[in-house]
Amino acid sequence: MAETAHTTTTGGAGQTGNIVSRFFRATEIDTRMLGMVGALLIIWVGFHILTGGLFLTPRNLWNLSVQTASVAVMATGMVLVIVTRNIDLSVGSILGFTGMVMGVLQARMLPELLGFDHPAIWIIALACGLLIGGLIGTLHGLIIAFLGVPSFIVTLGGLLIWRGATWFVTSGQTVAPMDVNFRLMGGGTEGSIGATWSWVVGIIACLAIAVAIVNARHQRKRFHFPRRPIWAEYVLVGLGCVVVLGAVMIANNYFWPVNIARRYAEANNIAWPEGGLLISQGIAVPVLMAIAAGIVMTFIATRLRFGRYVFAIGGNPEAAELAGIKTRWVTVKIFALMGVLCAIAAAISTARLNAATNAQGELDELYTIAAAVIGGTSLAGGIGSIAGAMLGALVMQSLQSGMVLLGIDTPFQRIVVGAVLVVAVWLDTVYRARSK
Amino acid sequence: MTDQTNPLVEMKNISISFGGIHAVENASVDLYPGEVVALLGHNGAGKSTLIKVLSGAYRRDEGDILINGETADIRTPRDAKKYGIETIYQTLAVADNVDAAANLYLGRELQTKWGTLDDVAMEANTRKVMGRLNPNFKRFKEPVKALSGGQRQSVAIARAILFDARILIMDEPTAALGPQETAQVGDLIKQLKQDGIGIFLISHDIHDVFDLADRVFVMKNGKVVGHARTEDVTKDEVLGMIILGKVPPGATPGPGAMRIS
Repeated sequence: MAETAHTTTTGGAGQTGNIVSRFFRATEIDTRMLGMVGALLIIWVGFHILTGGLFLTPRNLWNLSVQTASVAVMATGMVLVIVTRNIDLSVGSILGFTGMVMGVLQARMLPELLGFDHPAIWIIALACGLLIGGLIGTLHGLIIAFLGVPSFIVTLGGLLIWRGATWFVTSGQTVAPMDVNFRLMGGGTEGSIGATWSWVVGIIACLAIAVAIVNARHQRKRFHFPRRPIWAEYVLVGLGCVVVLGAVMIANNYFWPVNIARRYAEANNIAWPEGGLLISQGIAVPVLMAIAAGIVMTFIATRLRFGRYVFAIGGNPEAAELAGIKTRWVTVKIFALMGVLCAIAAAISTARLNAATNAQGELDELYTIAAAVIGGTSLAGGIGSIAGAMLGALVMQSLQSGMVLLGIDTPFQRIVVGAVLVVAVWLDTVYRARSK
Repeated sequence: MTDQTNPLVEMKNISISFGGIHAVENASVDLYPGEVVALLGHNGAGKSTLIKVLSGAYRRDEGDILINGETADIRTPRDAKKYGIETIYQTLAVADNVDAAANLYLGRELQTKWGTLDDVAMEANTRKVMGRLNPNFKRFKEPVKALSGGQRQSVAIARAILFDARILIMDEPTAALGPQETAQVGDLIKQLKQDGIGIFLISHDIHDVFDLADRVFVMKNGKVVGHARTEDVTKDEVLGMIILGKVPPGATPGPGAMRIS
């Protein structure tokens, strides 16, 4: 049975099945991922109808992308943590602590040394944040790997410790405002790249998709592996470009608020036109950061030895150890990476809020874990994808902002998000059991 | 085979204990090129423990390991691999969630000049090796979890021979397999023997052992009862060694032999 079920060795596509299943087999699209995209679209259209056309507007989608960025960045690292059968409950507190440290550095300490609005302030603050995040993660990883304390306990301790430490940095005071350059990482009118650059980014992304697919085909040809039919390759390139350019178009269709545009016009001596001045926001900087984090983490997870080891350890820790993999150091590196990603998320959320507060990132650990799990990461270890986790973050955020638009109270929002998490994981369990 | 002068492996007076219990005590075994040596004994007789010392999974408390007559310093699985020692564990020790190529190269991945994984080259080599071992194997893209017991076993064996192993350790290689797959593994062992690879075979199945092995070492309570060439002893005599520790005339007694008072 095992052999006969898999006869797609010649030509790539099987000759059996109806046109739909043949299409999926030929393009090798992950049906599980497709299911998630479908669920997302249902949520979006549903909210669009319920809110009377408020949800699927450039403005709301643009905000949604910015709001998702911080959790999405952390979710990329949480995938690796969960894949190795660990958990990190401390990410929200690490976010709070690194955010507070970066806030104090740029709002209080560095201006005294360098002068107000010095261009190096944001770089130094960010670098310190990343370093501290990495060190905290390394510390967690060392305790988990070499002292043998379960990650659940170490990071539960971390959750309390770093939240407490956040308070001690300023004795509970909120730090504001942030450095003017640092604030760009939070999005908003200033922190977006405008129409022209958005198109440039979009076109580069389309070219990258095409190059990646052509390159993969060449590689497979070189070693005489089965290839996808040529039409499937075109479909994939086309689909990728449509999605990318569509997203750019939406971002460019969200314009500066009237007041800011008017001020800008006055400052630059532009005559105020009849229909108002339409300046495109374009893609927000935090969104670009999240996408970059996703690409880098996917590269690490799938193209480097480290990523291969992460998945091997998750699948069978004993086998990985016997194969000569230094499993403990891999664990340390995973947690260090998670710490760095928390610091990036902290930069995004403090910049967006234009303040570092005591409560920043509270409950984010749960949203991050939920995003990874909804995105198909298995708590049993060994299975998970970065792209899935980021989509999971988008699903969670869509639910929340949809309910905000509907005017649903916060307590009820939490009930819905909790229920969705459980149902999503249950559906995934059913799907996996059936596909075996 | 045993008339060759230079043993490939000599384990001399190996002892290892866990929390005061002597799992292996003063055990010595040797292996020549192109030879299959079987280690026999009850559960807990110490055969798996002894062999894990050679594969680097355990560290010995006392004794020496000589590879080609030279002292070998084996502390980790990585060290053992440097000496050309490859192990196929009872539990198969494959990572279930990744594909065959990833398992074959686990811990020794091929990299491109950019330092990234060269998946295509790894898959190409995997196809070559698997084609030799198990020509029916076609499921290169699927996680190993989806494979049958025999297919998983061939992945584990391919992984061992891919890197030109000179010494192969097989811990119950047929325990999880059906009769047909067991026969396949038997053919494979004969093929590897002809290539001059020395094989340690750990088994419960005395029939298997007489089919495949040139010599047997019998262990009981952590000690070597004795060893013999399979042609010099009968199955019943070997069973006597396993159960009672009684050494027949055709065998050489070891430290664990029953004292005849």
